[in-house]
Amino acid sequence: MPKFMMLVKASADTEAGVLPTTEQFAEMGRYNEELVKAGVLLAGDGLHPSRRGARIEFRGNTKTVVDGPFAETKELIAGFWIIQAKSLDEAVEWARRAPNPHFGGDTNIEVRQLYAPEDFGGALTDELREQEESQRARSQAQHGSSHGTTLG
Amino acid sequence: MTATETHRAIEAVWRMESARLIAGLARIVRDVGIAEDLAQDALLAALEQWPESGVPDNPGAWLMTTAKRRSIDQLRRRAMLERKHDQLGHELESLQEAAVPDLDAALDDHIGDDVLRLMFTACHPVLPTEARVALTLRLVAGLTTDQIARAFLVPEPTMAQRIVRAKRTLADAHVPFEVPRGAEFDARLASVLQAIYLVFNEGYSATAGDEWLRPALCEDALRLGRVLTGLVPAEAEAHGLVALMELQASRSAARLAPTGEPVLLLDQDRARWDRLLVTRGLAALERAESLGDPRGPYTLQAAIAACHARARTKEDTDWPRIAGLYQELAELTGSPIVELNRAVALSMAYGPALALELVDSLREEPALRSYHLLPAVRGDLLLRLGRSDEARAELERAASLTRNERERALLLARAATLVPATG
Repeated sequence: MPKFMMLVKASADTEAGVLPTTEQFAEMGRYNEELVKAGVLLAGDGLHPSRRGARIEFRGNTKTVVDGPFAETKELIAGFWIIQAKSLDEAVEWARRAPNPHFGGDTNIEVRQLYAPEDFGGALTDELREQEESQRARSQAQHGSSHGTTLG
Repeated sequence: MTATETHRAIEAVWRMESARLIAGLARIVRDVGIAEDLAQDALLAALEQWPESGVPDNPGAWLMTTAKRRSIDQLRRRAMLERKHDQLGHELESLQEAAVPDLDAALDDHIGDDVLRLMFTACHPVLPTEARVALTLRLVAGLTTDQIARAFLVPEPTMAQRIVRAKRTLADAHVPFEVPRGAEFDARLASVLQAIYLVFNEGYSATAGDEWLRPALCEDALRLGRVLTGLVPAEAEAHGLVALMELQASRSAARLAPTGEPVLLLDQDRARWDRLLVTRGLAALERAESLGDPRGPYTLQAAIAACHARARTKEDTDWPRIAGLYQELAELTGSPIVELNRAVALSMAYGPALALELVDSLREEPALRSYHLLPAVRGDLLLRLGRSDEARAELERAASLTRNERERALLLARAATLVPATG
């Protein structure tokens, strides 16, 4: 079941913690309502400014914790939606209907498909598969294969 | 945008907008078949014009305006041919009076009501169940006839006929385009929920080799269910059904082994359960339980699924709670299959002896006479009680009753391990 993330980028305002106006909230609210009513919204949230966040920076084998704020405002994430859609085309259509997240400014909403477990392919080796099957047989001997709704 | 890209965008728009479009038109023309034809005309217009002009900012409004304009033209032409001036006048009037939808939130509710009418009309009792399912997928979910046919493993002409017949049946019976009231509402809502769950189960039972359209049915059903809860938010069982579907869908990645065979719930790798869907399912269940007391069958089944979802490992499963829920469900539905499931839960919670008593009492149930899981469960319980000979006999009997080759092989293999060693 394809899921897509729609990424909202930061702005000087979001980084400054400037909240949208009542009217802007309402506009975004109407869009969120549309997503809910259409049964496609799975999740969505806004993120606090990067000054309230931190990064773990990896350099080879070393890790360093670095506190925000971070410089590249345009590419920082400020929020996201996760929606269910049949295809990228459909997800893009939904994204097209969002109001400008920067309410008149220049920005983009990035649409990316989430990896699903099936995307990782049949990574089982023969040994693991055999182990799985014998486990299943033993477990069935213990618990039975009859759970109606427990059947999976 | 290239022509192909535009076509794909139009397909996406159709899936998003067709239900509202058909519903809005149906309110005007009072016939879902005609409404669909008008909507299809608008789609054709979009396919003709949008590659040139681009996809409009408000595709839904464009389609509605186009559909109405074309229907006025059609009526005008037909009336001129038939010289039915009075009829023309009346029909034109009613079309022109219907306001062109704008972005007004209040009007959105209006369209919402229409979509509810559409869902309810598609599940009218005059239609056989399979017709309700087909019509719901076509008119409300926006699937093409071909997609529905392939999803249900039926030839396309057969599905096309089913849909044509369904629309004709509704027209001939003068089924009103409305949401019924009172007891009829409850009965119809039950039909809608049933149709949605049938779609879900069709998708859920899809196996690895099937076309991608089949498992996608789960997604369609979930979307329909969520739309429905938005339209009838006070109906507990609607939330219950959504909860059940979210929770079952949460397990889809874990349900099939890489070899393509189904994996039983208790054997599934819980790390592959979709926590986002679990969270949504639990939230929907909470809504259902806060709205309805006593709980209905979908809510109860969802509550059972929730017990599994909450258990981090199978050892953490709250079996007594599950047994209690099956009891409530059995009292509600009187279903011996539910009782059989309750026996399994009882055996997990309290041991095989108690469960065997219940299973023995089910052996005379006519509904379970040829049901292979009854002897399978009995065999398992007997095995756990050390009664191997009887267990083997039951497992062999179960194997003889099942039509599923793989299941038969598994049961026979288990029975074979119980053959006492000679000498």
